[in-house]
Amino acid sequence: MSYIVKPRFHHPGLKKNDLGYTRRDYEGTLTTLCGGCGHDSISAAIIHAVHDMSLAPHKIAKVSGIGCSSKIPSYFLDRSHGFNSVHGRMPSIATGANLANRELYYIGVSGDGDTASIGLGQFCHIVRRRINMLYIVANNGTYGLTKGQLSATADVGSKTKSGEESQYDNIDLVSLAIDLGASFVGRSFSGDKDQLVPLIQAGLSHRGFAFIDVVSPCVTFNNTPFSAHGYKNTWENNVVLSEIDFVPMRKEITTRYSAGKEKEITLHDGSVIHLHKTSSSYDPYDRENALHHVNEYKKRGKIATGLLYINQSQSDLHELADTADKPFNRLNEHDLCPGGDVLQDINETFM
Amino acid sequence: MNHMKPTDISHPDYFHKVVDCQWACPAHTPVPEYIRLIAEKRYTDAYMINWESNVFPGILGRTCDRPCEPACRRVRVEEQPVAICRLKRVAADYKSDISARLPNIPKRKNGRHIALIGAGPASLTVARDLLPLGYEFTLFDRDAAAGGAMRTQIPRFRLPVEVLEEELNYILDMGINCRFGTEITSMKALLAEDFDAIFVGTGAPLGKTLDLPGFAEAKDNIHTGIEWLANVAFEHIDSIGENVIVLGGGNTAMDCCRSSKRLGGKDVKVVVRSGFDEMKASPWEIEDAVNEDIPILNFCVPKRYLLEDGRLCGMEFEKVRREYDENGRRLLIPTGDEPLILPCDDVLCAIGQDNAFPWIERNLGIEFDRWELPTLDKTTFQSTHEKVFFGGDAALGPDNIITAVAHGHAAALSIHLLCEGGDVKDRPADLTTLDSQKMGIHQWSYDNDISHEVRYIVPHAAKEKTLNDINVEVELGFDEELGFAETQRCLNCDVQTVFTTKSCIECDACVDICPTDCITFTANGEEKDLRERMLAPAENLDQDLYVSDTLGTGRIMAKNEDLCLHCGLCAERCPTAAWDMQKYLFNTAKAVNA
Repeated sequence: MSYIVKPRFHHPGLKKNDLGYTRRDYEGTLTTLCGGCGHDSISAAIIHAVHDMSLAPHKIAKVSGIGCSSKIPSYFLDRSHGFNSVHGRMPSIATGANLANRELYYIGVSGDGDTASIGLGQFCHIVRRRINMLYIVANNGTYGLTKGQLSATADVGSKTKSGEESQYDNIDLVSLAIDLGASFVGRSFSGDKDQLVPLIQAGLSHRGFAFIDVVSPCVTFNNTPFSAHGYKNTWENNVVLSEIDFVPMRKEITTRYSAGKEKEITLHDGSVIHLHKTSSSYDPYDRENALHHVNEYKKRGKIATGLLYINQSQSDLHELADTADKPFNRLNEHDLCPGGDVLQDINETFM
Repeated sequence: MNHMKPTDISHPDYFHKVVDCQWACPAHTPVPEYIRLIAEKRYTDAYMINWESNVFPGILGRTCDRPCEPACRRVRVEEQPVAICRLKRVAADYKSDISARLPNIPKRKNGRHIALIGAGPASLTVARDLLPLGYEFTLFDRDAAAGGAMRTQIPRFRLPVEVLEEELNYILDMGINCRFGTEITSMKALLAEDFDAIFVGTGAPLGKTLDLPGFAEAKDNIHTGIEWLANVAFEHIDSIGENVIVLGGGNTAMDCCRSSKRLGGKDVKVVVRSGFDEMKASPWEIEDAVNEDIPILNFCVPKRYLLEDGRLCGMEFEKVRREYDENGRRLLIPTGDEPLILPCDDVLCAIGQDNAFPWIERNLGIEFDRWELPTLDKTTFQSTHEKVFFGGDAALGPDNIITAVAHGHAAALSIHLLCEGGDVKDRPADLTTLDSQKMGIHQWSYDNDISHEVRYIVPHAAKEKTLNDINVEVELGFDEELGFAETQRCLNCDVQTVFTTKSCIECDACVDICPTDCITFTANGEEKDLRERMLAPAENLDQDLYVSDTLGTGRIMAKNEDLCLHCGLCAERCPTAAWDMQKYLFNTAKAVNA
């Protein structure tokens, strides 16, 4: 942990976004994670993504559970709302918050322990309930905060730093999320911001439950040659199934990829993603096809990354439950007690 | 495509350039090193580092042209540089007795005898460097005391005589045969005296006057600035008329107007031909003059001296405006307005000064160029005559004290090499060290916390006091508390970020933490292309990119040295110590190192 405060001095050419903020304005406190932790790169990617989209900090709520991963909302967006909840229970808090105020952007940050072990039940249900949020798992395959035991996402055969080998098949959160009906599922790597930042932006712009599994190496306990979650292994075995460019609403459309080979997808808020498939047999709109690809690569010891599955026609919880358009904090007495006439009308429907 | 090659950090210039202040200093004084010592209240240690490097810390801490300050990294992230010059004065003001730290002068001499002509900073530096090696010196100066321009051109209210003499005496007391009041009139005669080498440090002693209509009649009241200042310094002049016009916009003009104000001048004006913003004087000297209520009139071209009863009574100026021709050259076009008439009793011309070597015969093998400056090797300061060396203003034209000191060091080394029978061009390498500052996981042996404080202002004595006595020093200097606060603004640019390619695991920790977005991991490319692909563009072409060897992913690490705060956060966050903070100490090779 560093003892000094990060200097306020910055590059004089630092870009200001449409709101007049620089990227530095979206930072949080100085990280207390181990130096080299992938989670810090996730923080940085979120800061880049949100700044570039010109989102107002007060329009964002950060929610997390317990673990190294769940500390990171402290390290970005210190002018946004936040709730650091009980271990594995972030989905409940996110659900409640989202029901109370549907107008905020929700960024949930969890880890492999928080999501795939203690919070697995909660995770399954928040996917099922289609909460409109971005759920990021910082996945390092180890319990870093308790000194490096194998987590439920550690691949069979991988070893802890002290040599203990994983006997069990891992829980693949991407497959699980696709299977349970998440409408936006991606996977990325903390070391590759070129891929991660547009994925985060697309996930925030997507209406419905967006899930990104981020391989985020634990530099202290799980960055060994025997781990599938280390930097070297991830750089070497990362297979990009799709690359995306994100174009925020109102911005001129430019793209890295040559025309014709890409799909243009307009998200609900008007933003556009340019999706470039690297395999012709792969179809991100087809749930079975996406699952098949993810599993095929996994069998070969590879990690499929990119935007893996997207379904834009799915309704979110608010639509299904037909909730009020306004957030609770803007409902006034008249909205809540519309008077005898309205009651009369309702009663008549039961006659 | 020409990919960038990995940076060769073993080249002595590479990290030296990163220490912007030291690189900009003609004498290459290790600035951050002495600033840290001041912060530790080790004033004497800080003073001695300066004394080794620039010989006159107390004098320079008050009068230096400070080329280090505009170079200070701080101006690239905020408004004002560290007050380097005035911190040097803090070291001088608060040091203890240094006599025990001065070099031993051998009683037994080495048999070499050197002549020094002119007792200014360049000559005295030569003596300082060579006396400890057993050389003997004879020092000639036409003035009655040592110091050269430091004594004659800088008024006492900027440099008290005690400060001047203390530092002159450190050298004179080492044992120099001084011949003050002796003007050398023939180089030929001096060469015949069989000195082992002759060093010419006679400055640029010829002031210019402005010969306009009326000059002949008015010349008793028209003075050349540098001669007038010298006469004031030696107390030959102690008064001036009530209305004074100072012509010129350089530092001499500022010293002339401020001195006039103290010697009876009531209405003292500075008049410059071109724009206020084109004045050559240091901004802080202009500021000091303006603070003493001295008006500076610009865009006024002097036309004639006005006379009354055969005596100077005023000056006429033509008003002009500035235009630029198609080649971008600045032109001064008359506005056609009524001429400006300013009454005056005295005019001080501070419009430049020249070198003059009428005493060097032109058949001795000492060549001069078409500007009447000696033909010199700019590294050795040797003239076309093997035994004759030049330094200071006499060498390359009017400059400043710190430049003269740098020349003196270089010439002393040359003289030593010559006397040892070596090749003056075969010079010893500069002295450099690079050492890790790591003390613990996140502990460094330097204070890496960055101060966001703005520059502290040096307190001044009350105007009523200073304007009435030319010997009262205007600046009071920082006290210890202010001095300490100012030291904290130094960014420790000599503590370098050193990168080890093979240790890097490409985790991005350094990229994510860097407050100024200096570091980028990307594909290699041409420098121009790479500069544009940095996380934040590297637009300052004076500042290098530090490029690593190829990393595991095939990318390279590129660091923009321009805005690095040397806060060490990259090294603190680096899990494999691929980044380390290492102190780079650079000292110019001097005679003692040969």
